[in-house]
Amino acid sequence: MIEARNLEKRFGKQLVFKDVNFKINDGEFISLVGHNGSGKTTLVKILMGLEKKSGGDILIDKKQTIGYVPQFRNIDLDYPLDIEQFVRLNLKWKLSPEKRRKDNELVNEILEKTHLTELKHRPLGLASGGEKQKAYLAQSLLNDPKILILDESTASLDVEVKMQLMDLVQELNKRFKLTVIFITHDYELSKKYTKRALFFENKTIKPISINDVSEDMFELGGR
Amino acid sequence: MFGYEFMREAFIASTFIAITAGIVGVFVVSRNMSFLSHTLSEIGFAGASFGVLIGISPLAGMILFTMVSSVAVGSLSTESSRREASISTISSLFIGLGILFLSLSSQSSSYATNILFGSIVGISAKEVQQLMILAVVVIVIIMVFYKSLAFDSFDHIGARAAGLKTRFLSVAFLITLALSVSIGSQIVGSMLVFVLLTLPGATARYLVHSVPKLIMVSVGLSLAGVWLGLYLAFVTNWPVTFFISSFEVIVYFLGLSYKNWKLSH
Ligand SMILES: Nc1ncnc2c1ncn2[C@@H]1O[C@H](COP(=O)(O)OP(=O)(O)OP(=O)(O)O)[C@@H](O)[C@H]1O
Ligand SMILES: [Mg+2]
Repeated sequence: MIEARNLEKRFGKQLVFKDVNFKINDGEFISLVGHNGSGKTTLVKILMGLEKKSGGDILIDKKQTIGYVPQFRNIDLDYPLDIEQFVRLNLKWKLSPEKRRKDNELVNEILEKTHLTELKHRPLGLASGGEKQKAYLAQSLLNDPKILILDESTASLDVEVKMQLMDLVQELNKRFKLTVIFITHDYELSKKYTKRALFFENKTIKPISINDVSEDMFELGGR
Repeated sequence: MFGYEFMREAFIASTFIAITAGIVGVFVVSRNMSFLSHTLSEIGFAGASFGVLIGISPLAGMILFTMVSSVAVGSLSTESSRREASISTISSLFIGLGILFLSLSSQSSSYATNILFGSIVGISAKEVQQLMILAVVVIVIIMVFYKSLAFDSFDHIGARAAGLKTRFLSVAFLITLALSVSIGSQIVGSMLVFVLLTLPGATARYLVHSVPKLIMVSVGLSLAGVWLGLYLAFVTNWPVTFFISSFEVIVYFLGLSYKNWKLSH
């Protein structure tokens, strides 16, 4: 379980959010919604310890490894590694042949799960947007996370590919009791796949039921 | 040609230089540090002439200057946009300093030419030994951090997301880069050491698609370049650097054409 108690975050004088209280249960699939700059990425960075909180508490079981698919990535056309090699970057160095064999099995299993087996030798730079997102997802699954954070992984994908990726995440969520935190500006997707949302508004964050989520919460721009 | 003592020394030295530069070059290119490695070689020139001026060895002066400045650049600016600007500034300063140091010292201008453009005749057995030790240090550092360094170099954002200590890795890598520049300059000279540190690594990217293969191809191209360069320099008496850079440039364009050809088929 993840719990925030009076969590607060500032960058210098700028307040991002305060008085934040919520719980996220194990195995939950939850959306994070709110305008640009409302602090969604900042919140998940605090969760992962990539960013410091300014006040309050965030409680999270340290043993729960987190897989994070970041919002931005710079993979250009000339990027040299193929999809499999890109995914493997997240493996630790192992000396024993036994452990290396296990790693290979794990990689194959994850490529299978993410439907990348046939594409594994394609240079990542030449992969489509959806294939890239799957590769990012596969890489983050390597250290067997209990929590998966997707930061707008579906933005810029066309509808069909979006659904494919989300179906895949949903399957992981159901089969492996993976907690999924899904940051999105996509109203339809959050309605379809999640039951609850954290709504970022007026410098705070409120947990709401997905039935109370409305389309205007997703408008870009503004604060 | 191996009948000559100085050719044997040059051959051994350049073999070690080529291997180090080939390995380090793969990371230089993928970390977008080609420009930095160019600047570091100019700083190395200033360091070498500083060494001459105060009477320590040019290599020691070079290591001193490149280490200090690469760590300074690395910790001053992590964002690449800002890095560019701070690098050009530092580079201008150091070229000026290098020329000043040289003119203050009593060494003849042929000494400067050796530092700048490299030379195969100038290397003594003791210097070869120093180069070998330094090369081994570089290779060991890279091996120790290999996995994290590869992750950080080929997917910086992912490495951060996975919780790697990327700041530390970056400084560790800058130190190996500084060392590589210093030892590479001994043969190809500080003007062109970045040829070995960037071109083989860049060419490899057009040919293969995994980190170990990139390293193998890069080392291979780098070795081929210095061996061929040494041989041709010995036969023609032209500068070795000319042959090395021509070879690496030609191979680079071949690699690029190969990639384009493959894409269109
Ligand atoms: N490292 C930082 N230093 C200073 N300010 C920052 C930093 N990171 C984020 N901010 C600011 O904090 C606020 C929240 O940013 P954040 O990236 O969390 O928004 P977001 O909700 O993820 O937006 P988007 O939907 O555009 O991705 C913004 O005003 C941003 O400018
Ligand atoms: Mg964001």
